[in-house]
Amino acid sequence: MTNHWVDIKNADLILIMGGNAAEAHPCGFKWVTEAKAQRKARLVVVDPRFTRSASVADYYAPIRAGSDIAFLGGVINYLLTHDKIQHEYVKAYTDATFVVREDYTFENGMFSGYNEAKRSYDKATWMYELDKDGYAISDPALQNPRCVFNLMKRHYARYTPEVVSNITGTPRDQFLKVCETIATCSAPNKVMTIMYALGWTQHSVGSQIIRTGAMLQLLLGNIGMAGGGMNALRGHSNIQGLTDLGLLSNLLPGYMTLPGEKETDFQTYLDKRALKPLRPGQMSYWQNYPKFHVSLMKAWFGDAATRENNFCFDWLPKLDKVHDVLQVFEDMNQGKMNGYFCQGFNPLASFPNKAKVGGALAKLKYLVIIDPLVTETSTFWENHGEFNDVDPAKIQTEVFRLPSTCFAEEDGSLVNSGRWLQWHYKGAEPPGEARGDNEIMAGLFTKLKELYKKEGGAFPDPILNLTWGYKIPHAPAAEELAREFNGKALADLTDAKDPAKVLVKAGEQLASFAQLRDDGSTACGCWIFSGSWTDKGNQMARRDSSDPSGLGNTLNWAWAWPVNRRVLYNRASLDPAGKPWDPQRKLIGWDGAKWGGTDVPDFKPDVPPGDPMNPFIMNPEGVARLFAIDKMAEGPFPEHYEPFETPIDTNPMHPGVISNPAARVFKGDMEAFGKAKEFPYVATTYRLTEHFHYWTKHARINAVLQPEQFIEIGEELAQAKGIKAGDKVKVRSNRGYIKAVAVVTKRIRALEVAGKKVHTVGVPIHWGFQGLAKNGFLTNTLTPVVGDANTQTPEFKAFLVDIEKV
Amino acid sequence: MSMQSLDIQRRSATTTPSPDARQTLEVAKLIDVSKCIGCKACQSACMEWNDLRDEVGSNAGIYDNPRDLSDQSWTVMRFSEVEVQQGKLEWLIRKDGCMHCADPGCLKACPSPGAIVQYSNGIVDFHEENCIGCGYCITGCPFNVPRISQKDNKAYKCTLCSDRVAVGQEPACVKTCPTGAIVFGSKEDMIDHAQERIADLKERGYDNAGLYDPQGVGGTHVMYVLQHADQPELYHGLPKDPHISPMVGLWKGIAKPLMSFGLGLVALAGFFHYIKVGPKEVPEDEETES
Amino acid sequence: MSHSAKLVTRYTAPERVNHWFVTITFVMLAFSGLALFHPAFFFLTNLFGGGPWTRILHPFIGVVMFVSFMAFALRMLKYNHITPADKQWLARLPDIVRNHDDNLPEIGKYNIGQKYLFWTLIITIVLLLISGIVIWQPYFAPKFSIDMVRLAVLVHAFAAFVAIASIMVHVSAAIWVKGSVRAMTRGTVTAAWARHHHGQWYKEIAKGSGK
Repeated sequence: MTNHWVDIKNADLILIMGGNAAEAHPCGFKWVTEAKAQRKARLVVVDPRFTRSASVADYYAPIRAGSDIAFLGGVINYLLTHDKIQHEYVKAYTDATFVVREDYTFENGMFSGYNEAKRSYDKATWMYELDKDGYAISDPALQNPRCVFNLMKRHYARYTPEVVSNITGTPRDQFLKVCETIATCSAPNKVMTIMYALGWTQHSVGSQIIRTGAMLQLLLGNIGMAGGGMNALRGHSNIQGLTDLGLLSNLLPGYMTLPGEKETDFQTYLDKRALKPLRPGQMSYWQNYPKFHVSLMKAWFGDAATRENNFCFDWLPKLDKVHDVLQVFEDMNQGKMNGYFCQGFNPLASFPNKAKVGGALAKLKYLVIIDPLVTETSTFWENHGEFNDVDPAKIQTEVFRLPSTCFAEEDGSLVNSGRWLQWHYKGAEPPGEARGDNEIMAGLFTKLKELYKKEGGAFPDPILNLTWGYKIPHAPAAEELAREFNGKALADLTDAKDPAKVLVKAGEQLASFAQLRDDGSTACGCWIFSGSWTDKGNQMARRDSSDPSGLGNTLNWAWAWPVNRRVLYNRASLDPAGKPWDPQRKLIGWDGAKWGGTDVPDFKPDVPPGDPMNPFIMNPEGVARLFAIDKMAEGPFPEHYEPFETPIDTNPMHPGVISNPAARVFKGDMEAFGKAKEFPYVATTYRLTEHFHYWTKHARINAVLQPEQFIEIGEELAQAKGIKAGDKVKVRSNRGYIKAVAVVTKRIRALEVAGKKVHTVGVPIHWGFQGLAKNGFLTNTLTPVVGDANTQTPEFKAFLVDIEKV
Repeated sequence: MSMQSLDIQRRSATTTPSPDARQTLEVAKLIDVSKCIGCKACQSACMEWNDLRDEVGSNAGIYDNPRDLSDQSWTVMRFSEVEVQQGKLEWLIRKDGCMHCADPGCLKACPSPGAIVQYSNGIVDFHEENCIGCGYCITGCPFNVPRISQKDNKAYKCTLCSDRVAVGQEPACVKTCPTGAIVFGSKEDMIDHAQERIADLKERGYDNAGLYDPQGVGGTHVMYVLQHADQPELYHGLPKDPHISPMVGLWKGIAKPLMSFGLGLVALAGFFHYIKVGPKEVPEDEETES
Repeated sequence: MSHSAKLVTRYTAPERVNHWFVTITFVMLAFSGLALFHPAFFFLTNLFGGGPWTRILHPFIGVVMFVSFMAFALRMLKYNHITPADKQWLARLPDIVRNHDDNLPEIGKYNIGQKYLFWTLIITIVLLLISGIVIWQPYFAPKFSIDMVRLAVLVHAFAAFVAIASIMVHVSAAIWVKGSVRAMTRGTVTAAWARHHHGQWYKEIAKGSGK
């Protein structure tokens, strides 16, 4: 979230698309009802299904799963052709005026630089034109046909209401009604928020869908505003913390990145990430990358990390490619892996194509499961009839199950969608032999270290030198880890202007990442968490809910990264002269000497209004990007590509390029895609409010509330197939089948797409062959193995199936 | 569940007044259907607070689960897909359960003294230790709420968390409702709040939005804000004008004293007839004749 | 009444047993039923082991009563057809209740009052059985619609009222008409009693026994 849950109450218009907040985030959804009740906000829901969110919406429009870019591109076109944008904001705070390189092209669905053999782009041409000083050229008059604004206008001019309706299946009048409603928020004092979740991310073009939403918000001037922003609703209580701490295969904590295999030189590694400003006078905050990185390495390797050894840069793994979970299971399936540690994770249920995942696990020599529950993955080798039809005698994988604690059985912090780190305390002792994850990992580590010490091994240094100063080495406390993430001074830190003045004494906790140094005198485990456990104590445990502005920025409740800021880019809530776009929703202001307000200013504190420095300080250009330059895999402007399993066998925008040309598809998986001829219906998977993933089927109450696996179909399809509500049906994809009870509903309707009638089959997840609910099939038996080209998030939201009564 | 310290204002099968010197605040729970997202947190909270665990059932092709009220499920969500306006689908989700009528049919029908009570704050509560399992309460209820347990043959229903309310807390469902669709307070305040909500709904185009506080049962202590108050039947058959069935009214109304009195009268008539005319004996002459 | 008075048999031993079996069950049903009908009678549940036991026992006793009553009714059926003499007898009712029994028409084994009781009980007890099944918790009531149950409780109450009131009249009459109780306890009545109250019946049995 650029904003946070409570801030939703400040919105005038709430667009829920690519998510179902009422269903999956019922507690956060209270802020939607607050906005409606207190601000008279309107709620618009666009979804393939009339969801629980839609049940309380002011307006609902249906859409074919996987066609969101077409829809949003159409909205952008509407805003541009009807001149419903926040002009001043767009001009000042986006790259609309920047001129793009001449050799950038977009033709027939392809951007310049495509390499078909590699299924990827050379993105060199996706760049602004630079002047001799290396600054992007800007045309404030927007006259240059190659300025971003004009390129964007041309790009989306193709997305007319007719084209949009033809691709999305949204009736034209309903699409236009949504456009009109959204357009009202182009007024500087009208704010829309977008709430989305995995309904956008789980597509082969997921990141681009989100980008399209963000572009929309920029055009409306809604980023940085209270009640605005792009708000990703995270699906696990601490999944935000997972990405923050760099648990993805290519990340380091705080969104720093691992070096690639060619990046063997420390300085080159840093230079590439410490980006110089692309416009004069910009902050380009990532210039501080070396401080964050060196402090991380000091936190990890302590005295072993020295300037002389480049702070152990050589110890970091260098990536040949992204080793995301799909890649890992591909490698496993090819027999390239011996062992797999599976911690708090149920891949047999959560990853696409269960048959492939189960087959891959069967090729391992050993599998370690760290989980509080008996997961399907931990029993992938057991025969459960149709639900898991395997022959245990043929599976040689040795499975070790290490029971761990659940969240209520341990202290620690959880990072919510709004980036709040909230400390929680253990509520109960864990049952039986269960141990905390910290303890399990530390136990494994100390044992490994012992072995390395004794036996040497190929490369013992990182293991032997890892900082491990915990009071109980085999059981680090959550408090110790949290303090480490915050960081501390390793030597006295002095004021740059007055070397005699000591700002932080050696050994003291740091106040924020502004104090980090790149000379090895600070250690910080995760720079964006710096400030969460200062000398004043645990900031995450604060519970003062006072809200002086009434805007919900409770600065003394818990702690939000970065630096306790609640609304990111909040400098953009004011015009360049420092006047709020909406005085009713003023977040920050200039007091003559510095910025202050009811939120922590997202700006250099002492740069006055009128300065050329712009609000998007993390970008080298200082402004937000309508044109993504080289950041996205499949192009600088989002383009509609069909899901890999498309019900229409073509892409009406450009029949030559149907699906995302930059998405990675493994050999074998391409063959496993189904065709519309055999599998004519669009399936989409989702959660239900009664359950949480594959966990709560182990809990009696949740099992009572939604006991048995079901799928949902519209009345028209049901009639055609002779299916009545309550009948048992078989849903089949090219990868397998599931059987479930049919819910026949008015809430899913057939859509006219490219001259075809397209039906949707809704497939809730949640059931499996373990737990207290009625046993069922893992829905990922059906899903295809292809991920978003940028994040490799699997395409769970749009694929093809057939359905029949059994 | 008789864990309260609330004043009882009415008691089943009791012909004399209950102590009513003290008057407590009349309370009500307001369920705003237009804010309800059907998340079933209220069902979950009800099970948690009251230590109830229904069976893990099955899916009957609908979202409703458990499918009906039971001794273990004192509240359930009822999902209805309707198109009031052509082409405008609505998914109306109503939390079903005891309405806590001001004139409770269950209490009227109950033959067991003190098995059903009404507190002075308006809550209608079952005291299962006095319940004899006759099921008369079911006949009395215009909303089809009480359920008899298969296990112990006692009748159960929502208590409006009388145990919580007695100590100044809101019912568990209210406490847990994430969207504020369920609120609790004095009946007066709840009506005021409902009026605000109705104004909001009218402004959004629900011209027939209104409060459901049916006077046929003297008003209720669980009320609904409905988008279509003119058609409560849309909400999974919520009765438009609920009242205690006239059959139950006759049975538990006039028939009860009248017939008891009638039987007494017959007994007295027999007795006084005998006293007046004496025994009927065969005359002596006839006796000797044989 | 002389000790040498001639006796005639009115009820055989099996008939008497059957009658008193019905009587006992009927009284139990009346008590348990009234207990659940009006709070004033709720104390009667104590006779049955409390409220729940009263609720549990009542319908089972009801079935037993129904069966034994029907057996008894079958035995009596042939004596309960209403005859023209009954109607003449009925016209004299005001005299009869005042014990002015002169010149009454001769009637059969039962007078019209008894016959009315007979048919009233048949109707009410059948109604009680049917309505009783409809409201029988926990076995049958859940299988009927609530409106059906509502109708049934009402019917049950009215039928019971009529039946109990009728039986009260029956009991009063038995006490009032001396010699009647003997008929049902010892099985015999005096010939004079038979001739006086049921002349026609007396003639029939006299003929039948060859006198």
